Amino acid sequence: MDARFIPEPVHLIRFAPELLLTVFATLIMVLDPLTKEGEKHRLGILALVGLLAAAWGAAVAAANPGTAFSDMLLVDGFATFFRYLSILVGVLTLACSFAYLKREQADSGEYYALLLFSIAGQCVMVSANELIMIFIGLEISSIASYVLAGYLRDDKRNNESALKYFLLGSFATAFLLYGIAWIYGITGSTNLAEIQRVLSNRDIAPSVNLIGASAALMFVGFAFKVSAAPFQVWAPDVYQGAPAPVSAFLSAGPKAAAFAIFLRVYITAFEPIADQWQAVLWASALATMIVGNFAALLQSNIKRLLAYSSIAHAGYVLVAVTTHSQIGTAAAMFYLAAYAFMNVGAFAVVTHFARQGERYVNIEDLAGLGQRQPVTAALLSIFLLSFIGVPLTAGFFGKFYIFKAALDANLVWLTVLGLLNSAVAAYYYLRIIVVMYFHEPSESVADLQSPAPGIQAVLWASAAATLILGVFPSWVLDFAGKAALK
Amino acid sequence: MPSTYPEQYFPILLQVLLGVVVAAALVGLSFLVGKRVKNKVKDTPYECGVNPIGSAKERFSVKFYLVAMLFILFDIEAIFLYPWAVVYRDLKLFAFIEMFLFIILILSGFFYIWKKGVLDWQLEDEQTFQQKKQVLK
Repeated sequence: MDARFIPEPVHLIRFAPELLLTVFATLIMVLDPLTKEGEKHRLGILALVGLLAAAWGAAVAAANPGTAFSDMLLVDGFATFFRYLSILVGVLTLACSFAYLKREQADSGEYYALLLFSIAGQCVMVSANELIMIFIGLEISSIASYVLAGYLRDDKRNNESALKYFLLGSFATAFLLYGIAWIYGITGSTNLAEIQRVLSNRDIAPSVNLIGASAALMFVGFAFKVSAAPFQVWAPDVYQGAPAPVSAFLSAGPKAAAFAIFLRVYITAFEPIADQWQAVLWASALATMIVGNFAALLQSNIKRLLAYSSIAHAGYVLVAVTTHSQIGTAAAMFYLAAYAFMNVGAFAVVTHFARQGERYVNIEDLAGLGQRQPVTAALLSIFLLSFIGVPLTAGFFGKFYIFKAALDANLVWLTVLGLLNSAVAAYYYLRIIVVMYFHEPSESVADLQSPAPGIQAVLWASAAATLILGVFPSWVLDFAGKAALK
Repeated sequence: MPSTYPEQYFPILLQVLLGVVVAAALVGLSFLVGKRVKNKVKDTPYECGVNPIGSAKERFSVKFYLVAMLFILFDIEAIFLYPWAVVYRDLKLFAFIEMFLFIILILSGFFYIWKKGVLDWQLEDEQTFQQKKQVLK
C-alpha cells in the first residue's frame, strides 16, 4: 500500500466548505436534544454562523485551486461559483425560516441541520470531478431535501409533497446510477476527464449507441433534478405542498447544483459525443419552456404558479446547456444566480403573506396588497418583472446572454421559440401585479402584519441583488466567464 | 484470452441459461410427477410452521421500523470496520484518525437518537398496556 491514499493538508483545505458544513450540522443535531423548547432559534443562528464559515471556507479553497483526494474533487472557478451560490441560497432560506418556523410552532434543530447537510451535499456535487462523487453529493443533498419537503409532519400537504418527491426522486436517481454503471463499463473510468479522453478516441470506444444510451440514462436523472420536461411533473406538487421557505430553497439551491453537474458532465465528459445529445437537449429545452409557461397560465395557487415558472426557467437554462459552448455555460451560470435571487425573493413574499398554516396561497388573496403594504408589493413586483426579463433587472441580462449564446451556436429556432415563450410568460406574472394593485382589497389583507425582520432582510437583499445584476451584470458575468468550463 | 464482447460474456450467458434450466426443471418436475394433496393444512402459509393467528395486515408500532433502520445504520458501520482493519497496518496513524472521526460521527447520531427517546420503549409500553387493559374491560 503506497502513500497516495493519504490526503495532503491542501486536500483538506480544498474540501473546507463541506467539512465546515458537516461539523456545524452535526453539532446542531447533537445540541438539539440539549436545547430547551423555545430556544431552538439559537440553533438557527448557529446554522447561520456555519454557513458564513462555509463561505469563508469556499474562499480559502478557491485560493488553493486544484484536485483533491486522488482526483475525486476538483476545485476550480466553476465549483467555487456554485459553492458560493448554494451557500448564499442557504443563508437567504435560513433568514426566511426563522419567522416561518416560529409561526408554525415547528422550530427545531433538525430543520437547520438538514438544511446544512443538503448544502454540504450540493457543495460536494458542484466540486465533484468524477461520477461516483457526483452521485454521493446528489444523494446527500436529495435525502435531506426529501425530509425538508415534509418537515411539518402533521400537515397533509407536506406529507404528500415529501412522499412524491422521495419516490420519484429515488427512481430518477436509479436511472442516473444505471447510466453511471454503463459509462464505467464502456470507458473503464468514472473520472470525467478520462471519460472524455476515451470517448474522443472513437477507435477505443466500443459502440456509439452504447454511449448514447448511457448518456440518455444519465439525462433522465439530471433532467428530473432540474425539473426539465418530460420529467417535470413532480415539481408543482412538491413545491405546492412543501413549507414555503423549503420551496424557495428547493427551486434555487438544489436546482442550481443539479445544473452544475449537468453542465460539468455534458460539457466535459460527453463533449466528444455532443452531436448525439444536442438534439435531445434541444427538444427537452423547448418542451420544458412550453410546458412550464402554458401550465403556469392556468394556475390559481401562487406556489404552484411559481413551481411552473421554475420549470419554464429551467427550460431557458437548458437552452444555454444545449449550446455546449463556453459562453453558453457562462450564461447558464449567470442565469442561475439571477434566478436564485428573484425566486427566493418571490417565495419570501409568499412565506410572509401565507400566514399560519399557509392559508393564503391563492393569487386572488393578494388583492389590495399594493394599498395595504406598498413596499412588499413593490418588491414582489421587482421579482416578477425580473422573471419576465424587463430591462434593468437581472432576468433581462440572464435571458439576453442565454439567447445570444444560442444564436452564436446557430440555434435560431430555439431562440425564436424561447423568446415567444417569454412573451407568454409575461401574462401570468403581470396578472399577479394587476391583482395586487388594481383589485379591490380582499379580507385576506386586512389583518396582515408587517413582514418579520428576517423576511424583510431577504426581500431587500434579493431585490437589491436583482437590480444590481440588472444594472451591472458584468460583476457576476466576468466571474462566470472566467470560471466557465472550456 | 477472450477479446470480443460476446466471447467475454459467453460464460455469463451460460450461467443464466443454466439457472433458467435448473429452476424450470425443479418446478416442472414437481408439477409432472408430484402428488396433488389438497387440504386446509396445505393451504396455510407455513405448512409445517406455527399456525396463523390472524391477519398480517395489522398496524405495527413505528418503533419496529425505527429499530430496523437504526440496525442497518450501525450494521453498515461495522461493515466499514472490516476493510479498515485490513489496511490498518499500512496506513497507521492516518487510518486511526479517520476511523476515530467516523466513529465520532456515528456516535453523535447515536447520542441524538438516544436523547430523542427512540430507544426508550418503557414509557410508551406502560401507557399502551393501560389502554389495552381498558379496552379489554
